[in-house]
Amino acid sequence: MNSRRLMLRAAGLAGAAALAGCVTINIYFPAAAAEKAADRIIDEVWQLKDGGAPVNVKPAPEERK
Amino acid sequence: MRLSVLLCTALAAALIGAGAAHAQANLEIDTPAIAALRSSMQSRHAQLAPFYASGAVGLTREGFVALRDAAAVPLAQRQQVNALVAAENQDRAALYREIARANGHPEWENDIRATFARRWIERAQPGWYYQNAGGAWVRK
Repeated sequence: MNSRRLMLRAAGLAGAAALAGCVTINIYFPAAAAEKAADRIIDEVWQLKDGGAPVNVKPAPEERK
Repeated sequence: MRLSVLLCTALAAALIGAGAAHAQANLEIDTPAIAALRSSMQSRHAQLAPFYASGAVGLTREGFVALRDAAAVPLAQRQQVNALVAAENQDRAALYREIARANGHPEWENDIRATFARRWIERAQPGWYYQNAGGAWVRK
């Protein structure tokens, strides 16, 4: 009888732990979304969006003699 | 008792679902403050790009930029490049902070900075310098 109560209590505790874990999951850093956001901003800042040649690989214009 | 265990399980499952949905959502990056930083950094990039290409300026592992080889900068441009690096880093710090704040989690700032640090380096052009995990400068 005692062991049965113990088991039930353990199950209850496990449930509580699972709940606590889930609450933690909710505030976990959303790594994939952050990566997407970073890429969008990097596209814009470095102007990589068009898929064409990025503007910044153009060599500096040579000085004319 | 058994019922409460069942309820706990159901609730936990619901919360897991909510957590997963939350993780897939996009981050807010369209606030006025963030838009201003993006455009400021974009217009500065035209000036910084030649210094990335010459190796004078590199991407740090912390998500910032740094003057790594002053000798690669003509004397007349040293002051300019220092100012560019300082302004860029100020914008980057503000950007990471603002994204964390715009999403209601100021404590995410470091994670956001680390994410950017990785992405800046991964998307850098061949020839640019970046800091590896040990802090050494590596040419891409």
